Amino acid sequence: MAEPMKSDNQWHMLTVIGADRPGIVARLTEALFRGGCNLGEASMVRLGGNFSIMLMVQGADAAALERLVRPVTDALGLRLHLDPIHGELHQHIEPNVQVTVYGADRPGIVAQATAALAAAGLNILDLNTDVGGTAERPIYIMLIDGHAVEGVAAVERAIAPLRAGGVEVRVSALDTMIG
Amino acid sequence: MAVFEVLQYPDPRLKQVSKPVTAFDAALQSFLADLEATMRAGPGSVGIAAPQVNHFFRIAIVDVSSKPNIPQHGCLRLINPEIVQHAGEVKGREGCMSVPDYTGTVVRAQSVRVRAQDADGQCREFDCEGYEARAVQHELDHLDGLLFLDRVVSPRHDLFRRKR
Repeated sequence: MAEPMKSDNQWHMLTVIGADRPGIVARLTEALFRGGCNLGEASMVRLGGNFSIMLMVQGADAAALERLVRPVTDALGLRLHLDPIHGELHQHIEPNVQVTVYGADRPGIVAQATAALAAAGLNILDLNTDVGGTAERPIYIMLIDGHAVEGVAAVERAIAPLRAGGVEVRVSALDTMIG
Repeated sequence: MAVFEVLQYPDPRLKQVSKPVTAFDAALQSFLADLEATMRAGPGSVGIAAPQVNHFFRIAIVDVSSKPNIPQHGCLRLINPEIVQHAGEVKGREGCMSVPDYTGTVVRAQSVRVRAQDADGQCREFDCEGYEARAVQHELDHLDGLLFLDRVVSPRHDLFRRKR
């Protein structure tokens, strides 16, 4: 994207959450664009029907950013949060392992799985979970991409005991084809 | 041998369609050697296509022999290649020397039969599967001005795009 017009190169992470409706991203980014801001990486996801976005923004200080975005979030009944961050672009870490965990929903799946993965030296790069199934019989699904510092086999060994707890675990090596 | 400069997107030259090779001469042999040297100079690269080095002819090299325990044909030098059969669909991650610092999930045929001429102009056919088939499809796309960015799908959902 183009360099911002303003001299303020500080990045901020803008977090906006609230009831979802069509057009939120368009209105937020329109306000930021008109205010001379530059966007970095972003992730928007619906969680339990709620809108959520984390958006790297550059080109205005925190007070100016809030002045740009607040009218939009107030009008749409959304909550906003701003943090100054270090914007580390062009330094992606390539995942080398994918872990899928799923099973009948019960407390502790994420805590147990991620504790085992952390102990095995896995750096989680992307994690998302869903609750599927029915209200009566919910199932929990977690997908993780990560970088296994100590190798994929170490991850497999570390997480295998979770299977005894009734969850399904699949560990597969990710080998990115560079052409 | 020389290592060429690799064009990087958004260079518009990467989006053009390359022309067939008609002369299987010394200049082609020399170019193939330099193209292969360029591929091997790229970090972890298992394939390269001529348009990536500003040479708009239908030439690609694929060599996945550095990957352990997969079906493969060694170093494939593919001149005027075409995929004459394909089967299956599989998702995988791809990156590209022409698209630094970005990798994405791409759906490819699980297996392909590629027909191509070799460096001497002889017609050859190779049945490729899995990782090698992915590399072949990625490189052949370059010859038609397509990047993996043209085929990337959301990694977050296990959904295939609807066929158009």
